[in-house]
Amino acid sequence: MNAARALLSRLLQGLALVLAVVVLNFVLVHAAPGDPVETIAGASGGMSPELMAELRTQYGLDKPLVVQLGVYLGKVLRGDLGYSYFFNLPVLAMIGERVPATLLLVLSAVISAFLIGTTLGVLSSRKPNGALSQFITVLSMVGFAAPVFWMGIMLVILFASIFPILPVSGMRAADSSGGGFKDALDVLHHLVLPTLTLGLVYLAQYSRLARSSMLDVLGSDFIRTARAKGLADRVVLYKHALRNALLPVVTVLGLQFGNVMAGAILVETVFNWPGLGRLAFESVLRRDYPTILGVLLFSSVVVIVMNLLTDLAYRLIDPRIKAS
Amino acid sequence: MSTPSKAAPKVEHPTVEALRMFLRNPSAIAGMLMLFVVLAVSIAGPWVFPADPFEIKAAPLTPPFTEDAWLGTDYLGRDVLTTLIYGGRATLLVGAVAALLSVAIGITLGAFAGYYGGRVDALLMRITEFFQVLPALLFAMVVVTLFSPSLVTVTLAIGIVSWTGTARLTRAEFMKYRGLEFVRAERAIGARHARIIWKVILPNALPPLIVSATLAIGAAVLFEAGLSFLGLGDPNQMSWGLMIGSSRQYVLSCWWAVAFPGAAIFVTVLAVSLIGDGLNDALNPKLRER
Repeated sequence: MNAARALLSRLLQGLALVLAVVVLNFVLVHAAPGDPVETIAGASGGMSPELMAELRTQYGLDKPLVVQLGVYLGKVLRGDLGYSYFFNLPVLAMIGERVPATLLLVLSAVISAFLIGTTLGVLSSRKPNGALSQFITVLSMVGFAAPVFWMGIMLVILFASIFPILPVSGMRAADSSGGGFKDALDVLHHLVLPTLTLGLVYLAQYSRLARSSMLDVLGSDFIRTARAKGLADRVVLYKHALRNALLPVVTVLGLQFGNVMAGAILVETVFNWPGLGRLAFESVLRRDYPTILGVLLFSSVVVIVMNLLTDLAYRLIDPRIKAS
Repeated sequence: MSTPSKAAPKVEHPTVEALRMFLRNPSAIAGMLMLFVVLAVSIAGPWVFPADPFEIKAAPLTPPFTEDAWLGTDYLGRDVLTTLIYGGRATLLVGAVAALLSVAIGITLGAFAGYYGGRVDALLMRITEFFQVLPALLFAMVVVTLFSPSLVTVTLAIGIVSWTGTARLTRAEFMKYRGLEFVRAERAIGARHARIIWKVILPNALPPLIVSATLAIGAAVLFEAGLSFLGLGDPNQMSWGLMIGSSRQYVLSCWWAVAFPGAAIFVTVLAVSLIGDGLNDALNPKLRER
């Protein structure tokens, strides 16, 4: 019963956060100099004052701010994020079209980084000062300090001019006709470099985290007990230590989805990957406010949902965590 | 128990001890040297070599290591070396001020939340959660676009989105200290809240906060570079990120216009994080075995 109540309160908090993001969106647009009609007028290259006044009435911009906020909230709750100034398409549909590409990129980067990073971390924890440990230290430094877009472009240079075996732009070959096994292979081929770029950042974090978490756990009493019982090294390492050491890594993995958007924007821009991040970047360049605010709202909702799921998963994995 | 001998080793002031440990750490020293070079070039460079980084100096796409342009020119013929010298100013200035701003917001809110607890804490933590949920880069992009890009808007945008980590850390530190005896003693003699927060608890909570502030500078530099790479930096300020972003489409004919500015960002952030790691080892010796 208690768990259900805790879950319900988390859910309500999540809903409140979504509302707060919606209100923030509204405030931002209205605090900025100029109004949407002026932006549209600018984008379409001039407009008569009469037409502008008419558009203002049409968009409800002549009503009091509170009324406008109410109207906006109502629309968002019904899933109406407005129309793109540039394409005159529903923003929600445009977002939906871009989500699969970003999902594919982010999941492949995060999952491969998680698998490789944990393996490296565990292997290196056996020799805390060995070569592998030093490699992880260097890797985590480079992964933090090198700008991800720069690494991406350097890979583009490498694979476009020196080893032309991997495509460096887009998601499909120009002559590709959608569907089929061949198409899937083509997408995978295009996926390699963006995944490598984005994955390196996460690999640096996961391997370091897995290593220090393993070292932490290996120093604890129950490991000494397990060793004293005469258990095989392999059993102690993988059955006792790894399961506990993974907890912090899994937490970071879940919370990571909050920061994933930044990487996606930069990497998708470098590789012309047709995802949500590239949509955000293009909309910013076009000053297409409904679209960029829609992407902002959508990504915030994704983060809120991911945080809730992480919270839930954590409660299931670790019974020590009570409703707090 | 051994009795203390008369020639007991002199107890060093913790700050002196930390400083000594920091100066004995080779990677921290390497970081200091790298940062010194970057700062010296960025601050003194423009005086020593007065030039306009936007000016066309030689034929477009001149390769590096030639007489006209030591590090080559970009697709417009702008000198990459000049960009390198001038481009650090915006990045370092924005990085430092934005980090200062985010640390100031984070420490203030975190201190209040951790010290007062209860409703104040609940309210401040909701605000922190809200800012953690916002995708930082995307939000900064929106703010900068809506209010037109300039050094000020970029700095504010970065500062506003990146304080949550510091706030959580400060809050945890304050919660640790607020019930301790020396704090209770202050309260018993009638010290005001402001004095307890800033003069009594904060100095004790500083070591981890200093480390986090150092890392915040590195993160802010990367953030600024990312924004100007996307073309959302101050358009009148040459910066490393802007150079990379504007040469992006021509990389295959001038790798140098991307490679060198990126390396400059890398070296700067690496230097700052080496210093941060060194400070961490010196200030939090218990964690050193990691």
